[in-house]
Amino acid sequence: MWTILRKDLLLEFRTREALSALVVLMLLVLLTFTFAFDPAGAREAAPAVLWVTFIFAGLLSVQRTFLLERENGSWYGLLLTPIDRGAIFVAKMLGNLIVLALAQCVLLLLLMLFLQVPLPAAPGSLLIVNVLGLVGFSALATLFAALSVRLRAREMLLPLLVLPLLVPLVICAVEATRIVLAGGDLASTGPWLRVLVTFDVIFTVAGWMLFEQLVQE
Amino acid sequence: MTAACDFAVEADGLSKSFGRTPVLRDVTLRVVRGEALTIFGPNGAGKSTLLRLCATLTRPTGGCLRLFGSDAIGPEVRRRIGVVSHQSFCYPDLTARENLTFFARAYGAAAPEAEAVSWLARVGLADVAHRPLRVLSRGMEQRLALARALLPTPDLVLLDEPWSGLDATAADVLTVLLATAKCEGRTVITVTHDLDRGLAIADRACILHRGQIAWEGAVQHGGDGPDGLGGARAALNDAYRRVTAPVAA
Repeated sequence: MWTILRKDLLLEFRTREALSALVVLMLLVLLTFTFAFDPAGAREAAPAVLWVTFIFAGLLSVQRTFLLERENGSWYGLLLTPIDRGAIFVAKMLGNLIVLALAQCVLLLLLMLFLQVPLPAAPGSLLIVNVLGLVGFSALATLFAALSVRLRAREMLLPLLVLPLLVPLVICAVEATRIVLAGGDLASTGPWLRVLVTFDVIFTVAGWMLFEQLVQE
Repeated sequence: MTAACDFAVEADGLSKSFGRTPVLRDVTLRVVRGEALTIFGPNGAGKSTLLRLCATLTRPTGGCLRLFGSDAIGPEVRRRIGVVSHQSFCYPDLTARENLTFFARAYGAAAPEAEAVSWLARVGLADVAHRPLRVLSRGMEQRLALARALLPTPDLVLLDEPWSGLDATAADVLTVLLATAKCEGRTVITVTHDLDRGLAIADRACILHRGQIAWEGAVQHGGDGPDGLGGARAALNDAYRRVTAPVAA
């Protein structure tokens, strides 16, 4: 698993394709939101802007990790190795998680810059909410990116498959982020965090268990 | 009589369809461990699909496929298979050395770096070890693919048109490596249109036509002709013409 993660990160940091595309796309979406809202409204909408921007940009990045594997048939080379297919899923998910986490750090900074969102009183709480949201998104998007990458209309199908399933995650992540940005502590986000944790566990375990079936042609 | 566990590949009534299009139909094939089988056949006969089934890259839609006596295809079976295909299965943005090191690690090699360096030298790529795969020629890429496939010392080597795109030197390197693999007791299944090279490494040859094995026979080495394959070549040519001849209305 670490071998694949290491290779994926090496490829990403060598080409910087996913990260740079993510940051540019997030910047563009954020700029659009900045002009669309008045300053007060923008701050109010900041949690939703954060997650909607992140999810749309993140889907492109996750899909790219599998498209990269299709080039030269390297995906088959990977599937031929004796590495457990569940471990391939976990490695891919972790690779996406690391790239997305870096992108989200940039997004938070841009959010503070463009929408004048103040730094929360409890930054640790914001970190926990974001990590939980990221894990769920990475697990689900990785699972469906692996499924859709063989299809011709993959660019269109991935959002269609993933976005409806992401609704609970988006609602919980937005609500928990709103509470934390408003100065609330982690305890006050309790119900939302519990749903996020459940979502993370379900889709990580599902991905690990189903990956073998999904990647077999 | 050969015991069941002495077979590297056992296919019984194997079939594969893509949608409603049948590609393989009721293929029954046994390959003894250490045997070299070369599969010939016209384009679209199902040769590559048969090889992909043996490589565990795709599942049959019917019949049964056992590799090394096991029909449960898991990591332990995959560890014993090496595949060279039309594509190199390597990463274009990694260097030749990084690619081999990655695959050596993935196969659990004790010293992946050393293993990669050693294989780069064996396939004549030591000079370009630090170049990304993207800038290597087709022949060099194919040699890297060969090193990737043979690096875990697989018991079953599957080759799909391995000589295509290789210059004479690289083709000779490949032939020597395959002969060595055969001498080491590895099972080699080759799909090719290159009659001479395919026959030279084969113990047995078969012709796949319209998804079925239409002909098979042992390859007699040490016969007529300068390479001792005159008889085998004539028999195969004759069978090929017969098998692929258009059916009269």
